[in-house]
Amino acid sequence: MKQYDIAIIGGGPAGYSAALYCARAGFTTAVLEQLAPGGQMSTTNEIDNYPGFDDTVDGFDLAEKMQRGAERFGAVTEIADVTSVQLAGDTKLLKTSEGDFEARAVIIATGAAPRELGVAHEKELRGRGVTYCATCDGRMYKDKTVVVVGGGNTAAADALFLAKLCKKVYLVHRRDSLRATRLYIDALQKMKNVEFIWNSQVAEFLYDAKVQGVVVKNVQTGETRRIEAEGIFVAVGRVPNTAMFQGQLELDDAGYIVADESTRTSLPGVYAVGDVRTKVLRQIVTAAADGAVASHYIEEYLA
Amino acid sequence: MDILKITKENFAAAVQNAERPILLDFWAPWCVYCRRIAPALDKIAEEYASKLTVAKLNIDDAPELAEQFGVQTIPTLLLFQKGAHGEGIIAPESKAKIEEWLSQQGLEK
Repeated sequence: MKQYDIAIIGGGPAGYSAALYCARAGFTTAVLEQLAPGGQMSTTNEIDNYPGFDDTVDGFDLAEKMQRGAERFGAVTEIADVTSVQLAGDTKLLKTSEGDFEARAVIIATGAAPRELGVAHEKELRGRGVTYCATCDGRMYKDKTVVVVGGGNTAAADALFLAKLCKKVYLVHRRDSLRATRLYIDALQKMKNVEFIWNSQVAEFLYDAKVQGVVVKNVQTGETRRIEAEGIFVAVGRVPNTAMFQGQLELDDAGYIVADESTRTSLPGVYAVGDVRTKVLRQIVTAAADGAVASHYIEEYLA
Repeated sequence: MDILKITKENFAAAVQNAERPILLDFWAPWCVYCRRIAPALDKIAEEYASKLTVAKLNIDDAPELAEQFGVQTIPTLLLFQKGAHGEGIIAPESKAKIEEWLSQQGLEK
């Protein structure tokens, strides 16, 4: 059994910011991260909206800096997969792939993951043409034809990124306009190799050993169309990583942990920071801010 | 234990004819997710030092090997035992998932 004052689940910007503040406040602090620091941020090459970098900063590099920054003050990183938690009571218990942990307070920074389309065979085609990260996998599709599904900022940014690499990009969206910011829309409309397919959803994947394309269905007319493509980039939003907390913490309808700007959840001594919390704006800078705020309320709680 | 670098030149000797099991990571420098699994692979190389060798193959340097093993997405991990490999694992989301996959192929810490 490993014991800490504070256990932080998840090593993204919210988790490591919390770790930095908690460690500096003199608490023994562990960050339980299942893979590597950074969370969603670490799969982005260029971050231009986190203050303090006058050029640009790579998400993975920034993640490592945040990790080292927290470790400089004594925070410990454990590469551990948390499998279950007992959050009620004064002592919180976390069961992980690396053994059990006990803590006096828990900060949940588990973030969110890409939402799946829910089309048949999606899971088995992941890695065989279906992907959820254009910046990760885009270069595999250089000079090929791809489909991007979605209509928000992520889909628009992915389509733009891919349009510069690929022969042709189809952007499939279930509405008749994008929800993305003007900046992306203007840039996309200038790309000659981008074709918009409005009011449509992916009905079916076409594949043999790997993806050959999709069948899209117009949600208004019911008409279907086959599109041949080697890569399908899914960008239809995110889902919070909160399955483990169901039944212990109050979650909203979309599964986010209910907590206001104080980051306090429905249980004493349990805090939710970053994308996993109900909030208006999910950004690195707001995630980092949450970490600092959680530390403030934990100091009060543990005093 | 150090991570072994695999190239076209040493592939046959270092992987196919290796005595020890080889966990081979197909990666590329531009692959952002590949960097994410690197700390977990370092840790596995250390914890499984008596059981297996962790090796990396940069697919940009050896696209024919990636092709030969049907690697469409990176990172893909394959475990070679006596020259043969089982089902790979693609972009594992945790160190625990990699360990589970190793365990399914008979390798424990």
